[in-house]
Amino acid sequence: MKDRSLVIAGARMIDPASGREGHGAVLVRDGRIADVAWGAAPDAPEGAERIDGTGLVLSPGLIDMHAFAGEPGAEHRETLKSASEAAAAGGVTTLVAMPQTNPPVDDPAIVDFIRRRARDTAIVNVLPAAALTKGRAGQEMTEFGLLREAGAIAFSDGDRSVTNAMVMRRALTYARDIGGLIVHHVEDPDLVGPGVMNEGERASRLGLHGIPHAAETVVLERDIRLVGLTGARYHAAKISCTESLDVLRRARAAGLPITAGVSINSLTLNENDIGDYRTFLKVAPPLRAEDERLAVVAALSEGLIDVVVSDHDPQDVETKRLPFAEAENGAVGLETLLSAGLRLVEAGQIALPRLLAAMTSAPAAILGIEAGRLAVGAPADLILFDPDEPYVLDKADLRSRAKNTPFDEARLQGRVKKTLVAGRVVHG
Amino acid sequence: MNARTAFNQKHLLGIEGLNHLEIGHLLDMAEDAIDVSRQVEKKKATLRGRTQINLFFEASTRTQASFELAGKRLGADVMNMSVGNSSVKKGETLIDTATTLNAMRPDIIVVRHHAAGAVHLLAQKVECSVVNAGDGAHEHPTQALLDALTIRRNKGRIEGLVVAICGDILHSRVARSNIILLNALGARVRVVAPTSLLPPGIDRFGVEVRRDMREGLKDADIVMMLRLQRERMNGSFVPSVKEYFRYYGLDQEKLGFAKADALVMHPGPMNRGVEIATDVADGAQSLIREQVEMGVAVRMAVLEALASHLPNR
Repeated sequence: MKDRSLVIAGARMIDPASGREGHGAVLVRDGRIADVAWGAAPDAPEGAERIDGTGLVLSPGLIDMHAFAGEPGAEHRETLKSASEAAAAGGVTTLVAMPQTNPPVDDPAIVDFIRRRARDTAIVNVLPAAALTKGRAGQEMTEFGLLREAGAIAFSDGDRSVTNAMVMRRALTYARDIGGLIVHHVEDPDLVGPGVMNEGERASRLGLHGIPHAAETVVLERDIRLVGLTGARYHAAKISCTESLDVLRRARAAGLPITAGVSINSLTLNENDIGDYRTFLKVAPPLRAEDERLAVVAALSEGLIDVVVSDHDPQDVETKRLPFAEAENGAVGLETLLSAGLRLVEAGQIALPRLLAAMTSAPAAILGIEAGRLAVGAPADLILFDPDEPYVLDKADLRSRAKNTPFDEARLQGRVKKTLVAGRVVHG
Repeated sequence: MNARTAFNQKHLLGIEGLNHLEIGHLLDMAEDAIDVSRQVEKKKATLRGRTQINLFFEASTRTQASFELAGKRLGADVMNMSVGNSSVKKGETLIDTATTLNAMRPDIIVVRHHAAGAVHLLAQKVECSVVNAGDGAHEHPTQALLDALTIRRNKGRIEGLVVAICGDILHSRVARSNIILLNALGARVRVVAPTSLLPPGIDRFGVEVRRDMREGLKDADIVMMLRLQRERMNGSFVPSVKEYFRYYGLDQEKLGFAKADALVMHPGPMNRGVEIATDVADGAQSLIREQVEMGVAVRMAVLEALASHLPNR
């Protein structure tokens, strides 16, 4: 059906790339956007399929720069297929698959494997990120050139930081030459130490070791000096505290090629949500105090933080039903990304077009892909959602193989009604 | 009000969440238990026919013995399980262990675990009453109760007393439970330690924070010393045993900073010459041996209080 035309009309359209917003219609042909008509309906070709978007918002599909999809090696937690189904249900049409697989994505053959598996089994676009260092061990850089030729979209050690500054410097230097994008987890493992949640009164009362803000900020600060030295394209994967925002602000002012993301968890939850040792809320970076959360939301709203990621990390019962300190980090997030984000819109903390930009056009620009905009010629990766529909999340309904959501039984608002990838309906 | 209904909890997971009436009630019950323990015939029938399992994931001779004696003096069948060397090492999770034990239909499980929150987690998975015998650096409620009982018997009250808790507050569940309990009963609580051994945010626990023993012990009625684990002595949290003892070890000189009638406590086991000098530990102002006796009494009280809520059919 790829060559058939399709008209989506009647919706409130938001194009985050241009900031334009209004009613209208989109014409899709051959998997791409053939026309965007603001106000008036476009001339629909005869026999075109029609989707009525009345009462809904039409926007580009979401692009999630940070999701762990399980394959290869952790298929009991997630597969590219199940992750893509969760993504489609959550309105995510493109996901960057993180490289902390087993084996890790440090060889072009594994990039190739993931691309082929995704082509055969996934219903959304999957862009594999390759490891930054061999075995993600933080010592020797991977074959950036060959990995990129195989289809790697970025280089990252996933949930690990490269602690050796010389290794990082050389990786950034080499990446710059080939125009590669480095996505770095900023969390110093020595400063994390035995820490399992945000450092402060809350952790102390629970008898848990804390993780200071500095664990994040010292790595970010170091990286920014190294970016200054090398000029590489650098993206800080997940920022969680005010000190890091100050570092980012200075880097921006200095004109360095630095972008930053934030996890949806850090935007919508705080350390108090851990309650009595709820391990589904154990994530990295840890959930911080409420004033830190508000600060990162404000930074997202003003554009200091560029993108919002799901930080999707499926964990199974054996790794989560443990005492808090012994449980693994991670929460699933693909399916709830938009709903959780809409909490911030509902609370008046961010405008909807800005939130959508951080989930569409901004990651597209960083990754250098065509998606993420309502423009003629762009891929017809589109979503229709009702921003107001309330629901209570039941984790049993999640498409992910793992059910470790921090939003179980939470009241959420906003549901994706239809998801299209390259003009084909994959959800709804 | 009936004395049996003044403590309405199914579990004792921590001091947090108990009010001063419940704490006072447990202490009063413990006074009665002391009398039982001092008789020739040290036996009551309160827990006859009941099964108590002491589940210790972390070795502790004295706490386990204390809970065992307490259960037996109340007539319970007590089984000790030291899990350090059993199936948990073979990959069985805490939850699996809880489910297995639950199927054996115990009435009370007493749990010690090295991870904070583990006892709370276990309590969610079993039907019987659960007593926290220490979980990580979180809480050790019966220790705080026995400390309070010891103080009350020697000073006649707790309200208004200045209690200085000294040493490794950071890793101490004893300190946390004591801070909560002593505050609930109206004592003035002080913590004295180098910052490297203080939990972040401790200033919001309702305590005065001191880094110096002279200031910290000034006007103190009670000096409570904490154990410093051996692995934390050599350069990781404090530079050396020698340096630690010099500045924070309780010797006669430092005890002189406190009130003349100040009393010394320690939850044990002691590191003599590290946090406390032998002459102080064994001296006239020391309550350390009495604490051990009070331990059995308080645990009897806790078991009795929980037993009054066990189902009877």
